Amino acid sequence: MADTIKGIDYALKNNIDTDQMIPADRLTWNPAKPDERLKLGSYAFDGLPDDFKKDHPFITLEERPGIADGTAKARYKVITAGKGFGCGSSREHAANALGAAGVEVVVAKGYARIFFENCVATGELLPATSREDISDKFETGDEVEVDLVNNRVYNLTKKTDYEIEPLGYVKPVVEAGGLFAFARKVGLIGDKPKE
Amino acid sequence: MSGRTITEKIIDGNTDWEKTKKLNGNGRVVNVDLLLTHDVCGPPTSGIFYQEFGRNARVWDPRKVVIIPDHYIFTKDATAARNIQVMRDFAKEQGITNFYDVETPRYRGVCHVALPEAGHVKPGQVIFGTDSHTCTHGALGTVSAGIGNTTGAYILGTGHALMNVPESIKFRLENLLPAYTSAKDVILKIIGEIGTDGADFKAMEFCGPAIERLGIEDRMTICNMAIEAGGNGIIAPDEKTLDYVRLRRSMSRSECSNLKKLIQELQSDPEAKYLKKFVWDASQIEPMAACPHSPGNVKRVRDLDVKLDSVYIGSCTGGKKKDFFDAAMVFYRYGKKASIPLLLVPATCEVVDFIQTEKIGGKTLYNIFEESGADMNSMGQPSCAACLGGPKDTYGRINDEPNHNRASTTNRNFPKRMGSGNVYLVSPFTAAASAIKGKLTDLRDL
Repeated sequence: MADTIKGIDYALKNNIDTDQMIPADRLTWNPAKPDERLKLGSYAFDGLPDDFKKDHPFITLEERPGIADGTAKARYKVITAGKGFGCGSSREHAANALGAAGVEVVVAKGYARIFFENCVATGELLPATSREDISDKFETGDEVEVDLVNNRVYNLTKKTDYEIEPLGYVKPVVEAGGLFAFARKVGLIGDKPKE
Repeated sequence: MSGRTITEKIIDGNTDWEKTKKLNGNGRVVNVDLLLTHDVCGPPTSGIFYQEFGRNARVWDPRKVVIIPDHYIFTKDATAARNIQVMRDFAKEQGITNFYDVETPRYRGVCHVALPEAGHVKPGQVIFGTDSHTCTHGALGTVSAGIGNTTGAYILGTGHALMNVPESIKFRLENLLPAYTSAKDVILKIIGEIGTDGADFKAMEFCGPAIERLGIEDRMTICNMAIEAGGNGIIAPDEKTLDYVRLRRSMSRSECSNLKKLIQELQSDPEAKYLKKFVWDASQIEPMAACPHSPGNVKRVRDLDVKLDSVYIGSCTGGKKKDFFDAAMVFYRYGKKASIPLLLVPATCEVVDFIQTEKIGGKTLYNIFEESGADMNSMGQPSCAACLGGPKDTYGRINDEPNHNRASTTNRNFPKRMGSGNVYLVSPFTAAASAIKGKLTDLRDL
């Protein structure tokens, strides 16, 4: 686990459900296959409302040529959001899509359980929780630094900073890099077989 | 060990205390009774299972794995067909006999209705499924929750889930529901009150006379949508639960009497701790609708003036036998036809049989719907269909009509959830009344 993550922010508000992160017509792709996981990444946030997407494309026009082969990546490493982030469908494809698109950390006021667990179990991205709702203090394009040692998020563009909650009970899993790595570390399962 | 909720009792009973020590206080290692998966999340789950446990790995107990293809069944999409084949191969390799394959007499339809119908669910179990609506099975007194593919793969290999014991919120419904309302109105009302994140990470325990009066399918409707408030639903098992399970599960005499005893124990203790307690008067509940684009945007149907383009009855929430019975009752009782397209997608084959054989006033439900002008084209094709949009050729999907207004008995109305359009989540009563009037309609105003 990195001590700090620095990158450009994609700013969202409350109740972003997993259908908006990756719509159901893309769920035929199997994220356990590396090439199909990347394709999911190319369509990350494709389910956001059209008027929002027009003004705030997650994958911009310059990046779009890579959509078909899954090489399109977003320039956003950070997402900020309000409460209820990842509500709805259990599709782990949503966490996979965000991770494959290049997102490393979300800072939200609250998460739906399954999405939160999926982020932690896959190690695709870190779900950080802000102490206050900070979603209106950030704009898409802001440069942001998340400091996981001192539990703060810095908006470097606006020169403000806010508190984030300590990781709590999921910290050992996050530090291990995911559910399987954690289970191996604590001796619940054996080593990964070499093939 | 006094003062526990049903949820705490079930999880305590399934906890592997020895293995739990390895977690150093960060949760529990819990034995899983059933793992459910389907055609969308099954392939990544089995894929991760093989990647992590090795190509020759075996699932922990093939009898406890249930695979029910239901999401993308009646589509020409080649990748969807490939995914069903992946599940077919996996079931064969692993000796999983609880596989309800497409285009065979074993096919059932929507997993959350099929799982209890096929007798897999019984009170006291811990059930995980790679689908958020796995919480449906809390209606039969189980701890049930949706999980992701990685967690599913871990369970496949170990039979264990690493979890925390959730705090419970109690929802007590005093008195009885009025005749023009149903279970759907209850859960919509609750989600509207507490919000879509109101029970995040929590167990929602439903109780009181109005809940006790409901049949198992109506209880399933309530627990099914607990996830729309972020929680998992649970209802204490009773005689109705026992009857439902006994009909569907071949049990020895001793298993049956053990289950009877268990049901008496699976009640929350009076001194159990709750995060919050809500008490509502069920007799005051009115027909409700969740307006676009959130299941938490709940209003009284009477306060809405919305012209509709279509009505959809289906899904694990609103496509069960009781749901079609409720809808048919409206057409029968009022003798009126639908004035706009009415799309019917039974959840399972058992629901299809029911529609074809169950009668109201000498007419089968099938005849009643046919005479009401409903579209009968998907009657023989139980599946998730357009509830979650799906591939472009999915029956009932709203394709590129952003202004299309639909009333639906399903569970979610997120942006573009059913393809496009504006979806209003309602009860089967309200759906039928609205199909007749062509606008959102409270049954009392028909």
